[in-house]
Amino acid sequence: MSSAVLDRAGLDQLVELLIADGYRVIGPTVRDGAIVLAELDSGAQLPAGWGVDVAPGRYRLRRRSDAAVFAHSAGPQSWKQFLHPPRRRLFTDDGAGFEPVEDDPGRYAFLGVRGCDLAAIATLGTVLQGTDGFARRRDGLFVVAASCLEPGGVCFCASMGTGPAPGPGYDLSLTERIDDDGHRFLVDVGSEAGAALLDRLAHHPATTAEQDEARGAVAAAAGRMGRQMPVGDLRALLRDNRESPHWDAVAERCLTCGNCTMVCPTCFCTTVEDVTDLTGEHAERAERWASCFELAFSYLHGGSVRVSGASRYRQWMTHKLSTWHDQFGGSGCVGCGRCIAWCPVGIDITAEAAALAAGHD
Amino acid sequence: MTDDLARFSLLRGLSAAQRAKVWSTAQEVSIAAHHRVFDEGQDARRCWLIRSGQVALDTTVPGRGLVVVQTLGAGDVLGWSWLVPPRRWHFGAVTLDPVQAVEIDTVRLSALADADPALGYRLALGLFEAVLARLQNTRARLLDLYGSPRER
Amino acid sequence: MLPVPYRVVARTVETDDSATLRLEPIGARVPHPNAGQFCMLYARGIGEVAISISDAWNGTLVHTIRDVGAVSRALSGAPPGAVLGVRGPFGTDWGLDSAVGHDVVIVAGGLGLAPLRPVVLGALHRRAEYRRVTLVAGARSPGEFLFRAQLAEWAARADIDVELTVDRPGAGWDGPVGFVTEPLGRLDVEPSTTIAFVCGPEPMMRFSANVLLDKGLAPDRIRLSLERNMQCGIGVCGHCQLGPLLVCRDGPVVDYVTAEPLLSAREL
Repeated sequence: MSSAVLDRAGLDQLVELLIADGYRVIGPTVRDGAIVLAELDSGAQLPAGWGVDVAPGRYRLRRRSDAAVFAHSAGPQSWKQFLHPPRRRLFTDDGAGFEPVEDDPGRYAFLGVRGCDLAAIATLGTVLQGTDGFARRRDGLFVVAASCLEPGGVCFCASMGTGPAPGPGYDLSLTERIDDDGHRFLVDVGSEAGAALLDRLAHHPATTAEQDEARGAVAAAAGRMGRQMPVGDLRALLRDNRESPHWDAVAERCLTCGNCTMVCPTCFCTTVEDVTDLTGEHAERAERWASCFELAFSYLHGGSVRVSGASRYRQWMTHKLSTWHDQFGGSGCVGCGRCIAWCPVGIDITAEAAALAAGHD
Repeated sequence: MTDDLARFSLLRGLSAAQRAKVWSTAQEVSIAAHHRVFDEGQDARRCWLIRSGQVALDTTVPGRGLVVVQTLGAGDVLGWSWLVPPRRWHFGAVTLDPVQAVEIDTVRLSALADADPALGYRLALGLFEAVLARLQNTRARLLDLYGSPRER
Repeated sequence: MLPVPYRVVARTVETDDSATLRLEPIGARVPHPNAGQFCMLYARGIGEVAISISDAWNGTLVHTIRDVGAVSRALSGAPPGAVLGVRGPFGTDWGLDSAVGHDVVIVAGGLGLAPLRPVVLGALHRRAEYRRVTLVAGARSPGEFLFRAQLAEWAARADIDVELTVDRPGAGWDGPVGFVTEPLGRLDVEPSTTIAFVCGPEPMMRFSANVLLDKGLAPDRIRLSLERNMQCGIGVCGHCQLGPLLVCRDGPVVDYVTAEPLLSAREL
């Protein structure tokens, strides 16, 4: 696959073209002390020169000495909020029958999707296939992926097989290089739409040396992951440890706050809400993000099935790493590490897996 | 005496010789429907292995009259109170329809068991198995599983 | 997925807190449900709950609903003429066809008789295709049986054995007293030719399955109907998970091989 090279101005031009083509460009930008995903008006809004320090329960921006725009690991949000929105109206009824609500957010272009998040989009697609909302949003998507060259302190995409190089599913993929030779991006083309857009941008073909250097940098990043999952069959590990005393140990720390499920790029659970207005004439149904940590999530016959914190944490972790395979044919975890960073008490899913593996023997 | 009585846990695990001893205390009986087999409080000196038909265990509750506590049928042992002091029936028993049963003279059976502890042990275990099942079923009723969450 | 409007054409009170609704489509109809499947029933503006089919024919749907919450209260109280929304049918079915040529044992506890009624009706409808057909049904008290008139009709038939039992007798009840596992335990069963269909509160299903296993039935000959919090009915909301199963999609009917390890785990 031959690559091209874009310079920093070329990246801004990429954003301009996408906007001119009618896309809503979503990409990273600095806001409220974090790097969030928001609609961009131009490439100038990218987080140039910002990096992050991430640890269990800790996320801080830090100033870099260069102007790199993709040199940061996953922020508090993921792309799922655009494909599987936090609240979505399903239908209304004004007395004349059920009218579906056809929401039309327009076409999104995602800029800077990491390998972990690209895998997460594919995973969500497997779960939500057959639901029209997700399919409609994903069909119009233009994806510009970005390789990770500076894995974060809680990243473990390498051990989940999702990065640091993005897998298939992008239109264009960028590998950022910033050094004495300047600020530039190696571009890999992943689709005809991507090729067509690249043609409209000022670029030059990448030399073999440039390609090798870039790929080497990404490969090296794989060896600098902040975390890793224990080696072995995670699916079987969780399945065989249903009655482990370890769940009670985690429960002593877990607040069942549900942060992990909110930031996780593959958590998909929703709750349906049926409401009327005060007169009762207008009824509507909406779905909103839900979390298996909610006490009422498993409500049945006057009480919940999973009441203890231990059972709820077990449900989340077992689903993510094990029963997801049974239900959807693969793992639910992409190794982005967000759950570790945004856990208020710093629970680390890789450490919990290691603890189970150790106890198992 | 036939050997289809293996279904009765009381007799399971007995050797042929032990079973012969039990037979020596037993006789086949036919009990008519609506016949009171024993009254609460009476001396307990017999038990019955029910082959067919139904027997209701009951007790009198002032204001409610005669209340059925449990219904026994084919395969059940009617009467355990003979095994331990004070050897009096805890409930009454009345047949609901014609009953075929093996009636055992438990005074003689107890004497045989006292003289032959091995036999006594097997009989006690067999009886215990029946009691355990009965207890499990009673506990299931206590759980009030069919109750509505609104009642709790 | 939009609800399809159905009108209540008849409402029959079953017990103090449950009623059976006969629903007919106003326009479009949902696909014909199989015995064991469920529909999501929508009470306008209040909510939606999963209710098993308790009968169906020619587009008509019959559901028996117990008042245990706001939505089920509205549904079970819906009068003739009321319009409800129906989505479905969803889930796995009892697989009655696969029991052709076998002895059929149906074990119902409380409201569990409702999802099992189509099994009885289905077996009676093609009676010659099945060997012995036995229904064992337990309720808390005599007045809490569902379908009392129909039970009496079935009990009077020669081609089905009906064993009823109550946890607590009431005035006028001269039938058996005891938990449903008691008459079940007394059944004469040929394990290699029997298929058992069990439905009721989870502990009742576990206890009944144990009795059947003691009688020598292989666990894959015992079928249960499981229940969990259901919202979407199509496997995308996550609420109905029971270990690896999405009960709306992989259930509600599952065999005991699948169910046993899941039901014996606490808070799963």
